[in-house]
Amino acid sequence: MTTGLMKGKRGLIMGLANTRSLAWGIAQKLAEHGAELAFSYQGEALGKRVAPLAAQLGSDVTLDCDVSDMAALDRTFAQLQERWGTLDFLVHAIGFSDKNELRGRFVDTSLDNFLMTMNVSAYSLVAVTRRAAAMMPDGGSVLTLTYYGAEKVVPHYNVMGVAKAALEASVRYLANDLGPDGIRVNALSAGPVKTLAASGIGDFRYILRWNELNAPLRRNITIEDVGGAGLYLLSDLASGVTGEVHHVDAGYHVVGMKQEDAPDIALG
Amino acid sequence: MSDIQERVHKIVIEHLGVEADKVSPDASFIDDLGADSLDIVELVMAFEEEFGVEIPDDAAEKIATVGDATRYIEEHQG
Repeated sequence: MTTGLMKGKRGLIMGLANTRSLAWGIAQKLAEHGAELAFSYQGEALGKRVAPLAAQLGSDVTLDCDVSDMAALDRTFAQLQERWGTLDFLVHAIGFSDKNELRGRFVDTSLDNFLMTMNVSAYSLVAVTRRAAAMMPDGGSVLTLTYYGAEKVVPHYNVMGVAKAALEASVRYLANDLGPDGIRVNALSAGPVKTLAASGIGDFRYILRWNELNAPLRRNITIEDVGGAGLYLLSDLASGVTGEVHHVDAGYHVVGMKQEDAPDIALG
Repeated sequence: MSDIQERVHKIVIEHLGVEADKVSPDASFIDDLGADSLDIVELVMAFEEEFGVEIPDDAAEKIATVGDATRYIEEHQG
């Protein structure tokens, strides 16, 4: 069903990798509802994946951008400014950490990886939002992706959980700063989905299975679930919503202990 | 060709966009089929999904050829 909800709106999707990506679920829904999209990626390996996906959604704007390089960010937004002039929304679906530290104990996190993870996964939202906001004279909407590991301990999520906590706090401060300009900033806290990003997390299968058995809806979420909620948050349907961390996790975040009907599971 | 081998080959052909006749048990993903490191991760995920097996990182690192993948799946499928 197409409503034209996003008709005439233009936005940048940062961090699409492939058709399993949460960003792909969001981008598809946005395009379906009339949005015009641009995409940014980091490096050639991702670039060659993003271009055909962008084309599927009628976009030929794909920009190489390393979000930890402030000059590269400036260039990306300058290119976008030249092409479109203004921007209506931005999707930040970016995070990175050394996968050797996404297993084992958080206490062993190195300084270098702690700083790199915070830079790429949390500060990048601040950096891109500042540049996007400068292109949103009539207001706009920014959405980032987070995970429950920011709020509570999830095995192996480690330093990424700490970075996501910083990301969620950044959403609140950005929302407050940019509210007077009519720019909304929200986070979507997705339940576990087997994406390229998740492939770096140790024993991810266990996290998936646990959620499936213990979430109120007794299932894992799909990228279509994420797409629907992302569309809502980026569109005028959510015109009164900002600074929010919206859970799309089959309800898992409300559960305090294992469900009675869930079997005990252990890693084989 | 066994059923598993056939399905492995089908996934490789579809994912890497290569000609069917290039995909043999001896074909190296990287050297012969032009895969990059992200392709390998994506292929492993596709195999896990198709066959319901878990391929941990240390096992995935040892999968260099199409035949390696088929063998691993045959040995570990429940």
